[in-house]
Amino acid sequence: MSELLKKDRELVIPGDEIIRSMDFLPGKNCFREGNSIYTKKIGLVSVNRRVISVIPLSGVYIPKAGDMVLGEVIDIQNNGWVIDIKSVSEAFLPLSGVREFIDTSKTDLSKVYGMGDVVYAKISGTGATSVYLTMQDSRSRKLRSGRVVKMSPAKVPRLIGKEGSMINLIKNKTNCMISIGQNGLVWFEGEKESKVIDAIGLIEREAVVDGLTDKVSKLLEG
Amino acid sequence: MVGKVGDGVILQKQYLLNLASKGERIDKRKPDEYRKIVVEKDVLGKAEGSARVKIGETEVIVGVKIDIGEPYPDKPDDGVMIVGAEFSPVASPRFEAGPPDENAIELARVVDRGIRESGVIDTKKLCIKKGERVWLVNVDIHILNHSGNLMDAAALAAVTALWNSKMPELKGDKLNYEKKTKKLPVKFKPITITFARIGESLFTDPNLDEENVMDMRLSVAFKDDDNVCALQKGGIGTLSLEEIEKMIETAIKKSKEMRKLIA
Amino acid sequence: MKRLNGRKPGELRPVVVKAGVIEQADGSALVSMGKTTAVAAVYGPAILHPRRLQLSDRTFLKTVYAMAPFSTTERVRPGRSRRGTEICMVTRHALEPALFLEENPKAGIGVYIDILQADSGTRTAGINAASVALADAGISMRDLVTSVAVGKVDGEYFLDLEGEEEDVTKCDLPIAYMPRGKKITLLQMDGDMPAKDIKELLNLAVKGCEILYEKQKQALKERWLVK
Repeated sequence: MSELLKKDRELVIPGDEIIRSMDFLPGKNCFREGNSIYTKKIGLVSVNRRVISVIPLSGVYIPKAGDMVLGEVIDIQNNGWVIDIKSVSEAFLPLSGVREFIDTSKTDLSKVYGMGDVVYAKISGTGATSVYLTMQDSRSRKLRSGRVVKMSPAKVPRLIGKEGSMINLIKNKTNCMISIGQNGLVWFEGEKESKVIDAIGLIEREAVVDGLTDKVSKLLEG
Repeated sequence: MVGKVGDGVILQKQYLLNLASKGERIDKRKPDEYRKIVVEKDVLGKAEGSARVKIGETEVIVGVKIDIGEPYPDKPDDGVMIVGAEFSPVASPRFEAGPPDENAIELARVVDRGIRESGVIDTKKLCIKKGERVWLVNVDIHILNHSGNLMDAAALAAVTALWNSKMPELKGDKLNYEKKTKKLPVKFKPITITFARIGESLFTDPNLDEENVMDMRLSVAFKDDDNVCALQKGGIGTLSLEEIEKMIETAIKKSKEMRKLIA
Repeated sequence: MKRLNGRKPGELRPVVVKAGVIEQADGSALVSMGKTTAVAAVYGPAILHPRRLQLSDRTFLKTVYAMAPFSTTERVRPGRSRRGTEICMVTRHALEPALFLEENPKAGIGVYIDILQADSGTRTAGINAASVALADAGISMRDLVTSVAVGKVDGEYFLDLEGEEEDVTKCDLPIAYMPRGKKITLLQMDGDMPAKDIKELLNLAVKGCEILYEKQKQALKERWLVK
């Protein structure tokens, strides 16, 4: 017998019991103890078939392979670059992750990416305590101008919206190029940059509100 | 101790956990059995009171120095007692020189509470002039060898040293440390009993191997009338109410035996 | 003895819990228990410096407890004290069992507790605030941690001692407690109490913690619920 104690989309607090059943599996941000599944994090319950998970509402970015992130070069080693991606550990961009071939005996690595340079890169893989980046992705590039703001990584999915609906709306209405890092760093450049900041601020404040798209739309029109 | 630091810790832990699941200990002791305890008094010439306590290989020395000072403003007619602890690098490869770390501070504060709350020293008798001058009793714990359960060894040594302290003679404003005749006014003999939990088992008097793998430690101090005068949980483990009750029950019995060692 | 402010023996002081009070922090909370006020901020998990503090199998949890100079009648001298060092340690031990520190090896989580006003029970108020701040920061936890002190005055068991009650109590016994798992994570006591009273006092403290648990959950819900 299974007993769902919290509804789908219901707010849960760490330690809250979500379901008493062995027929379900604990997914992201959940754990099992005895017959029950509990949440580890503050967030919203998500029931997907037999998997119970919790969508977090706060927290720092935890790296995941395939994610696009924004980061800053903080160290240059003889085989690559150390990048701060505002996460639980630093990320490493190895020479093999760069598109062009670099002969280290001839090229000064700091000429490729120097200290303080900002890159938009893909996470190629993660180990227990290591994160690897690659620029071998069509979206990857070094960012030379524009601006970067930081938002809560937990709210990045709302900034993107369903199939990119929210971000496309913002791009169109502001006439800006925008690159979103899953780590909560957002780069943008274009006509109405201040509107982009306003929109991100609104999403950050009211991420859990229904009808968010309308609200953002109204803000961008005004 | 050579070869034990950082070496085989994981295997050792599994071994001790396996033993613990059968209620057994690495040195074959019963769950509530102490290692051999040796108490010596008056071991230091310059101190006003002193004691050396050995529990197994663990060795602690306590010296009491008595002076004159000002009372605390909120207790103008009470003498002052201060407990300090030093983990000398002599005693363990883990101890470093320098100011006391959090473990040394915890030890000193727990011993302090046991002595203070049980009223070992009759502090009212240590007032010389209300609000101005009182006797100052410094109890310093010095660890000579750390082989586990410093708490019980230090508490036992401190109380023994206080019971054997003699006050220097006061002549006008001067203290004559050459002439010590009067005994420090003492009343009670509190005893501290420490448990460690390994797996599900609770053991008294953990040795160093056991302390290295325990997840929780509880120290309980008792007065002569079996009242509890201090409790302190250590370590990152948790405790159930039943476990607390069980430990207090065992500790009362143990404390009666140990109290006889203070002469 | 009548309790201050006409409280019943088993009654908490008026409790205020607020989550999300410091914008810069990853998580934060304010807890007032009567006239004692604690603010806690959580930063991380983040890259830990200096590197020698990094632990290869789990996150390093740092707890800092500090009393503001103006928090008591007599000014508190800033800087380290023996009492403060011990409270940092027992606070860390009280919180750690609730966390999944093995999830992010080598990283660090900083828990900073400031006591703005002290009127007994500062370590317990600090732990209550820290626990809410950790949850607010989106840190993985198996339980919240709640904390309260109990004592015995004139033959009666008092929950959540305040002010002069602390001076006249036969003992001061603070605990921290994980309400879901029913486990004690902090236990200290000083005083003079028969063993049977300890049992009663612990039961009373657990009851107090259960009430505080509801307040903590409510505060987190208020912060994050869709309005």
